[in-house]
Amino acid sequence: MNSGVNRTNAYKIVSMIILVILAILFAFPLYWIVTGAFKTAASVNATSPDWFPKEWVLDNFRKLFSKQSAPLWELGIPFSSKFSADGKPIIFSAGPKVPAAIRWLLNTVFMAVMAMILTCITAAMAGYALAKKRFKGKTMLFTLIVCAMALPKQVILIPLLREMSSLSLYNTIWAVIFPTVGWPFGVFLMKQFSEGVPGEMLEAARIDGAGEAKTFVDIVVPMIKPGIGALAIFTFINSWNDYFMQLIMLSSTPKLTISLGIAKLQAENATDFGLIMAGASLAAVPIIAIFIAFQKYFTQGIAMGAVKG
Amino acid sequence: MKKRMNKLMALGLSVIMMLSLAACGNEAAPEQEPAAEPQETQEAPAEEAPAEEAPAEEASEDISASITLWTYPIGSWGDSATVEGLIASFNSKYPGIDVTVEYLDYTNGDDQVNTAIEGGQAPDLVMEGPERLVANWGAKGLMVDLSDLFATAAGGEIYDSVESACKSTDGNYYEYPLCMTAHCMAINKAIFEEADALQYVDLDTHTWTTENFFKAVQAVYDSGHKDVAAIYCAGQGGDQGTRAIINNLYSSTFTNAEHTAYTANTPENIKALEELYAQDGINFDASIVGGDEIDLFRKNILAMAFCWNIAQQTNNERNDAGLTDSGDEIIPMLFPSDDGKTELCGGIWGFGIFDNGDQNKIEAAKLFIDFICNDENQVKDSVKSSGYFPVRPSVTGVYDGTDTAEVMDMYNKDFIPSLGDYYQVVPGWAEARTEWWNMLQRVGTGGDVATEVETFDTTANAAASAN
Amino acid sequence: MNIPFLITEQIRERGLFMAKSSNAVDRSKVLVRREARAAWLFLLPNMIFFVGFVVIPMILCIYTSFFDSTMGNDTKDVFIGLQNYKELWQDKIFLRALKNTFVIVLVSVPVVCIFSLWASSVIYKLKDSVLSLFRCIFYLPVVTGSVAVTVVWKWMFNNYYGIFNYIGKGLGLIEENINWLGDERYALWCIILILLTTSIGQPIVLYVSALGNVDTSLVEASAVDGATDFQQFWKIKWPLIMPTTLYILVITTINSFQCFALIQLLTSGGPNHSTDTVMYYIYYTAFKLYRYGYGNAMGVVLAIFIALLSAVQFKLAKEK
Repeated sequence: MNSGVNRTNAYKIVSMIILVILAILFAFPLYWIVTGAFKTAASVNATSPDWFPKEWVLDNFRKLFSKQSAPLWELGIPFSSKFSADGKPIIFSAGPKVPAAIRWLLNTVFMAVMAMILTCITAAMAGYALAKKRFKGKTMLFTLIVCAMALPKQVILIPLLREMSSLSLYNTIWAVIFPTVGWPFGVFLMKQFSEGVPGEMLEAARIDGAGEAKTFVDIVVPMIKPGIGALAIFTFINSWNDYFMQLIMLSSTPKLTISLGIAKLQAENATDFGLIMAGASLAAVPIIAIFIAFQKYFTQGIAMGAVKG
Repeated sequence: MKKRMNKLMALGLSVIMMLSLAACGNEAAPEQEPAAEPQETQEAPAEEAPAEEAPAEEASEDISASITLWTYPIGSWGDSATVEGLIASFNSKYPGIDVTVEYLDYTNGDDQVNTAIEGGQAPDLVMEGPERLVANWGAKGLMVDLSDLFATAAGGEIYDSVESACKSTDGNYYEYPLCMTAHCMAINKAIFEEADALQYVDLDTHTWTTENFFKAVQAVYDSGHKDVAAIYCAGQGGDQGTRAIINNLYSSTFTNAEHTAYTANTPENIKALEELYAQDGINFDASIVGGDEIDLFRKNILAMAFCWNIAQQTNNERNDAGLTDSGDEIIPMLFPSDDGKTELCGGIWGFGIFDNGDQNKIEAAKLFIDFICNDENQVKDSVKSSGYFPVRPSVTGVYDGTDTAEVMDMYNKDFIPSLGDYYQVVPGWAEARTEWWNMLQRVGTGGDVATEVETFDTTANAAASAN
Repeated sequence: MNIPFLITEQIRERGLFMAKSSNAVDRSKVLVRREARAAWLFLLPNMIFFVGFVVIPMILCIYTSFFDSTMGNDTKDVFIGLQNYKELWQDKIFLRALKNTFVIVLVSVPVVCIFSLWASSVIYKLKDSVLSLFRCIFYLPVVTGSVAVTVVWKWMFNNYYGIFNYIGKGLGLIEENINWLGDERYALWCIILILLTTSIGQPIVLYVSALGNVDTSLVEASAVDGATDFQQFWKIKWPLIMPTTLYILVITTINSFQCFALIQLLTSGGPNHSTDTVMYYIYYTAFKLYRYGYGNAMGVVLAIFIALLSAVQFKLAKEK
């Protein structure tokens, strides 16, 4: 008995040590990005690493912000480039000029939030229909969804690019958002959750005279809320990190996302590590702040969902 | 409250749905037309263009258009402050032409242009070299013929070798050049001194022989500096350096003189590659490209750089011009050669116009090129921004009175005369250069040099004949 | 407006339940049609996106894969039947890319699942503050974004001044600098390592909560019955966290197949195509070699493989 306890303790200690080492490895990139952003050029370029900035400077951020500028926002008439005199979209409201990096951050947030909202709404509706309604073609549709679920977007790269071009969506943030919303994983997840909604409740609602929309909003949505939370987080993070779609769909400076912006800085200026770090920390810090602030919400949301699914 | 939220959400959703539906409905039909139009519009004006060149210029002072210019980082042409200044002076003459600039990089730039072409939003103007404008996009029929610009007084003055590089195999000109240079290599003087290797270098003429080159590498290696140089091959960035060192060591070629086929598969090139691979201190490094090599050289990790040119020599971002991070002196060198005649790889940069089917924009873009490259009051500034040399003999004294005047003169005297054939316009160039660094990777991982070079030759020539 | 609606609705319902008359068949037909209509209305918003931006491009992709298609104004697609597909099986680079793709998926999926389960089982009973610290740290690479993380890893792996060589040599683990990303033997494993760090966060969060939600009375009861730790885990906890495991399997598979930024930014498929995946090779074929038809054929082949894999995964999950 005693030796058993000892062994358990030893196991615990060893695992803790391994975990701490791994935690350091996981946290290091972020640490390095943030400190690197404040280092002097000499310190960043040093061949034996400076573990901690000897001198904190803002040069890198100054350089990042002075590089390029873009209007903070641009609201235009959709597809106006088709009929405007100079072939440019008609813009009726443009924000003040700000460093392009700020605009990129805004674009990224807009993109991720929009993709998240659209995905959650459409997928919840579709998942409910697939789980609870009987109709012809259901099995086929569901099979299609399952098969397409893990499909990488690179597969349809060229057709998608041409399609976006013919819809005049190329080089707009929508070209990144729409394919994300169409990705069938959300529907699959929502279907699994909606299966858990008891049929009697739906029946009861119908007997009470609730219409389809009302049943969905009042009964189904509250029950699959944890699932929606999980999907929201999954979509938000995936679209924030979906470098590929951004890379092929966006080209002009005011339209870029922050990931693209950093990749561009890196390609253009492989040697200016401080500048790249400044860009990278600008990209990372806001979303980490969001994560820490909503940590409870984040983790509970995902967890309950998965358990019930 | 909750219900209102739901209703709002539903409303917002339906609006978006309608928009996207409207988009599908509206755009499907007109999509066909622009696709069909360009060919027709292209042909008709192209015939008249040279004739109406002169009157067009007078009449178009008040032309109104909005064009996009995409530039690769060619000196300060990759820097927004400088470019905005150049555009401002353009706009003081042509206030009606609005120029929007995008800055590309060499890693993703090509892909960005390619996706934009497929996305139907190719830029109007692009600034780069003939290997892209002529051999790639021009050969694919995406560019506008610029013969009329070469017919101007200034255009007639351009050096013949530069002009021929801008001419496609179909006889059209797809690039109008602004500036040029010769790519060279560089050594770290302090490291060489320490290894007693300066004896192998002729510092007056910046030349050395193949034999001395290998002796110098060995000497530096023996002095304890284990990483002397790198044959970088992670990608295409700076690949002219690896081609130049290999082709020059035993005086071989990369393409034929007619620019129709790749001729890298020679005993001389194979010998050069084999000796480089066998030489201590030279790493075939598949994790870096040219830019990384320069970084390592500036950090004193490498003792020489193959990816060098005058712009690197005058670069003062990290330390004073001509010094590494730690202050060692950097000496630009010609590539070593066994016959005393080095052929440097040229760099030519200029403008090309994408045929987006809008004649007005094409005219505006031509006015831009004409102003930047031909206007007597402007051209020096344009060239100076690139950090390179003019392509016409009448443009002189570009760097007079600047800090770099002296080194520019030296370079002009010692390096530019060794400028070799500009061969980067052989058909299938994009595929060939991709195969080149793949070939170096295979050699670097122990592949048989003769076999790999032959594979390169086969693949590259297949691409050349396919285009 | 609700009351009349309510009444008619009730009457209709009652009609359905009570009437065994001749028009019951007609009524149920009406109901079936109504249900189908409602179902499609619910599906419609999603279908616009799914069909518009996934299914249609996929069909175009299959169509173009039978053509020799390239970029250019004066080029016409030439129908070449199955030639692209025939060429695929002789293309060593493609076969290598296919192999690499499956190596990445087959290594990273089980490793992520097992490691995250192990790590969560160690940390889920810790004090709340320590637990959230660990959870946060493991989640950091996920939220930092792959591009930003890649920048640092590229520096860490650097041949000449990277931190791995620096520490490795400092501790005497390695004698010579190792060119991590420039050596065929290591490059793919480096990519997989980074992929692991960016995909482990979410599973850990999921498992920690799933384990936390396991009913403690069950566990205690089994302890009274003399079950060992391992038995407790295997017999009680494991079945209870099964749904979480399935969800993790699915999302990790999806993430592993999406691994593109790492390769594009770190190795561009090199050295010597040792880190090419089919996803990257499609991109490379399209925009470096301008062979759209060929690239699409690769896409189709990959899609078939993935569809089969997903179907199998799903079948297995259902049986459990």
